[in-house]
Amino acid sequence: MSRNISIKSSIDWPIVFLYLALVFLGWLNVYGASFDYDQTSIFDFSYRSGKQFVWIICAIGLAGIILLIDSRFFQSFSTLFYVMMILLLIVTAVVAPDVKGSRSWLILGPLSIQPAEFSKFVTALALAKAMSRYGFKLNSFKNYLLTGLIIALPALIIIMQKETGSALVYAAFLLVLYREGMPGLIPLIGFCCVVLFIIVIRFSDVPFAGVEAASMGLVIAFILMLLVVLLFLFFYKSDRETPKYLSLGYLSVFTLATLIHLTGWIPVNFLYVSLFSIGASVIYLCVNAIRFRLRHYWLIALFLIGFTGYCYSAEYIFERILEPHQQMRIKVVLGMENDPRGVGYNVNQAKIAIGSGGFFGKGFLNGTQTKLKYVPEQDTDFIFCTVGEEFGFVGSVVLLMLYMFFLFRLIRMAERQREPFARIYGYSVVGIFFFHIAINIGMVIGLAPVIGIPLPFFSYGGSSLWSFTFLLFIFLRLDISQTARVH
Amino acid sequence: MINDSFSNRQYVIRIFIAVLLAIFVIQLFNLQLIKDYGEQADSNALLRRTIYAPRGLIYDRNGVLLVYNQPTYDILITMHELRAMAKNNTPLDTLELCQTLSITKAEFDKRIKEVKNRIGYSPRVPQRFITQLSPAEYAVLQEKLHRFPGFTIQGRTLRNYTYPVAGHALGSIGEVSRRMIEKDSYYKQGDYAGVSGFEKSYEVALRGQNGVEILLRDVAGRIQGRYKKGEFDKAAVAGDNLTVTLDVQLQILAEELLQGKKGSVVAIEPSTGEILAMASNPTWNPGILVGRERSHNYSVLLNDPTKPLLNRATQGTYSPGSTFKTLQALVCQQEGGITPETLFACNGPASSPIRCTHHHGSPVNLVSAIEQSCNPYFWNAYRATLERGGYGDRNANFKANYERWRNDMMSFGLGPKFKDSDIPDQVNGSIPSIKTYDTWYGPRGWRAITIRSNSIGQGEVQVTPLQLANAIAVIANEGYYITPHLHKCDSMLQHKHNSLIDKKYFPVVKEGMWRVCEFGTGKWYKLDSISMCGKTGTVDNSHGRPHSLFVGFAPKDNPKIAIAVVIETSGFGATWANPIASVLIEQYLTGQVKRPELVDRLKTSSTDPDVKKY
Repeated sequence: MSRNISIKSSIDWPIVFLYLALVFLGWLNVYGASFDYDQTSIFDFSYRSGKQFVWIICAIGLAGIILLIDSRFFQSFSTLFYVMMILLLIVTAVVAPDVKGSRSWLILGPLSIQPAEFSKFVTALALAKAMSRYGFKLNSFKNYLLTGLIIALPALIIIMQKETGSALVYAAFLLVLYREGMPGLIPLIGFCCVVLFIIVIRFSDVPFAGVEAASMGLVIAFILMLLVVLLFLFFYKSDRETPKYLSLGYLSVFTLATLIHLTGWIPVNFLYVSLFSIGASVIYLCVNAIRFRLRHYWLIALFLIGFTGYCYSAEYIFERILEPHQQMRIKVVLGMENDPRGVGYNVNQAKIAIGSGGFFGKGFLNGTQTKLKYVPEQDTDFIFCTVGEEFGFVGSVVLLMLYMFFLFRLIRMAERQREPFARIYGYSVVGIFFFHIAINIGMVIGLAPVIGIPLPFFSYGGSSLWSFTFLLFIFLRLDISQTARVH
Repeated sequence: MINDSFSNRQYVIRIFIAVLLAIFVIQLFNLQLIKDYGEQADSNALLRRTIYAPRGLIYDRNGVLLVYNQPTYDILITMHELRAMAKNNTPLDTLELCQTLSITKAEFDKRIKEVKNRIGYSPRVPQRFITQLSPAEYAVLQEKLHRFPGFTIQGRTLRNYTYPVAGHALGSIGEVSRRMIEKDSYYKQGDYAGVSGFEKSYEVALRGQNGVEILLRDVAGRIQGRYKKGEFDKAAVAGDNLTVTLDVQLQILAEELLQGKKGSVVAIEPSTGEILAMASNPTWNPGILVGRERSHNYSVLLNDPTKPLLNRATQGTYSPGSTFKTLQALVCQQEGGITPETLFACNGPASSPIRCTHHHGSPVNLVSAIEQSCNPYFWNAYRATLERGGYGDRNANFKANYERWRNDMMSFGLGPKFKDSDIPDQVNGSIPSIKTYDTWYGPRGWRAITIRSNSIGQGEVQVTPLQLANAIAVIANEGYYITPHLHKCDSMLQHKHNSLIDKKYFPVVKEGMWRVCEFGTGKWYKLDSISMCGKTGTVDNSHGRPHSLFVGFAPKDNPKIAIAVVIETSGFGATWANPIASVLIEQYLTGQVKRPELVDRLKTSSTDPDVKKY
């Protein structure tokens, strides 16, 4: 059997078609977004759509080359790639010129490339290799440290390059770790962290029940924590007694406090009321833990104590660790600041562009907001605006569906791998694509803070397109050898 | 499979992805289908630029162009572009711009501040910075304009006038007031509209329909073409060209004759009600209320104590004096108070209760009474009319007679102003009502003798020169008038009003009026070629010399012109008003005036030293 026949018969055609469809649609939208009223042809090389066409042709060529390389090559050389990549990133951080505050672009004559884009699939390969070693399990501190290091090292260097957005992408590997056995509690705790953070920050300046000292953010966060504990006990631990007593206790405490507050005898500080409830719960849980010798109760008590501390420090983290422009972006997303001329300008204009698209959109090349450059970065990070404005709700939903099919197909492919290396790499691909799609579109439609990362296959730019192509086609190559072997 | 006990977690991951994308769909639904961003998007990207419709031209009754348009240029400023330039370190060369526009830096700053404080100001929308540059000023600026990005030019038109006359009748154009904008959404701040005279009455027809072009404006404020290739653009529709009823030569002469005097002239074509001339002095050259000088000149006119802005022809109210006797003669016949044969004795200055100011034989009949302007005759005629059948129970019969007299008088168009006329700025005259006298004297406290002054037009009766001229047109027409009007068109001819006077009573009055001009008080200015009918009036004036009035029409048969002339505080009716009317009638009927010395004397003599020429 010749190699060509093997590729043709065993390549996953659905994903190839989805890839080509997305790239083609992306190219049309780059044309739409960068369209100038003087421009006559989509192939005009002095415009971005023309250049993007060149990047696409090159990307397809590169994809072909990747498919011709032996799959074992990627596995064998992944560590070497990783080391070289880390060195390249460090070199870049040192020698790269300052481009709009970022030091991530290497300029080689007429070509400028962003190594950070390519470090994604290199990191994915290294991680897959490390985690697919025989007997590797996510259960020891050593293994966590190793995986953590592999993921965090490039991210840290990229942060040094002032590309915080690209660095955040490495959070996508959490998905891989979860799939490979990281306790579900960890993402759950992470989720709780995010939710509590948002609540505390969002309502930090609002007094609860008219008492200045009681921050509504903290009160809501604490009540939410108590509810989580109740639900956790009730459903997950199937404990009926403890939650019953606890909930009765909470009810009576809060009812009493509310009654006192309503009579207007003294204004009740509900912050103390909720803190009291937490304290009482911790003591009750500890007592139960000792009485019934249940380790979980210790953990739950610890959860309550830990998150109480976390909530109190959330404001500190927000104000001291985040930079002012980052704080502003978060405040804009949370609707705490309305700054349509400053930080909120991009998002506000993006919403106007998308919102004015209506159900069917204004039609290809008929968008006024994008054509007239009201949305900054409209052909790169904010390209989804063009989709929203010119193709409307229908077009936007179709694109989201395409992305969902794409991701689900990748998951299906990852799941059919026999080799852990290929599966872990496959989930890395899923995680990275998902993170980009979620954060990019979330940002454009005002659900996520502004983080400058591209929309896969849509945003203008050779580096990102090639990097996504590498990422995808290496996985396709691994999948081909798997399928070929099965046949 | 090897080392894979977590395969089920793929479903958690799938659900997570699906839930997140579902949230995105909800947000898209919210943005694109619930909220309306269309308006915001349009205000971002679309610039609606008004294309001003050329205003309709105005011609006189003979097709002479009176009012036309001249180009003018407004300088617009777009603050956003100015700011963008400052950011690019290429700020505006303010000094050079100021020199080009010949304004000071302080004035420049003041204007910028004013622009920013405007209601509805937007830095991306071009704002009027300096308005109404002349073509010459524009030529200087145009060469340098490329050096002042952020400044653009918008062409407009201003009015221009062939002759410096008829300011009151034609009116002028001014910037629309906020009230006008609120009333009519057609106007935007900075637009012009007719604010007085004919321009105001026919504003909607003259203004036409402004067009709009919708342009695409990019984020830097640059124009990038037409929205949908101009699909929604609207071309401007030019205003209608209208013809006024004025005869401009007559108007010019009327205004010249009024120079140095306070007064007015109204000439009407009796058969059509068309205003042939309507002049009020002091007046102004309409050309001075145009362009950048408008506001200055307007305030000068406004503050002149001789009130040039007052249109004395329609807004001045006077006692008609002896001119009223012509109407009195008709009403008294109609109501049976007198016949043409009725004789009344006149004791000259010794007459009581009203003395006669003229010397003539006694007794007099109606024709002679008009010819000699005999006061006692008309007092007796008036009394005979009002007291016909006695006073009756509680004066009821007297009051009924008075009411009929009043209605007859009002059927000449006296009393309230002409509501169906297109002549703006009219005021009401007055024919007092029974109620007025009841209030003054008590329901039974007044009799014919009480209101005797009405008999000779000196009492509470008040008329505007327009009403007076119209009443004379009724005599000329022997019984009806067409509402006097300024727009020469067929529809205005439909407004025919019949008087309550029978046609048979008119010839004797006409005869009397003819005799006035032949042998009576008006004989000094009779015309050889034209048989003129008229009546002088000398109206007592508590402020000084009497007002000089003359009413008349000509020719006697088939009259072509009815005229009323009022010269304030100047003397006898025969001294000023009569010659002016005579000259105007000659001009209108023969196209020339063969009495150059008289014309010169009238033009150059002044009855009021305060009257200025604008």
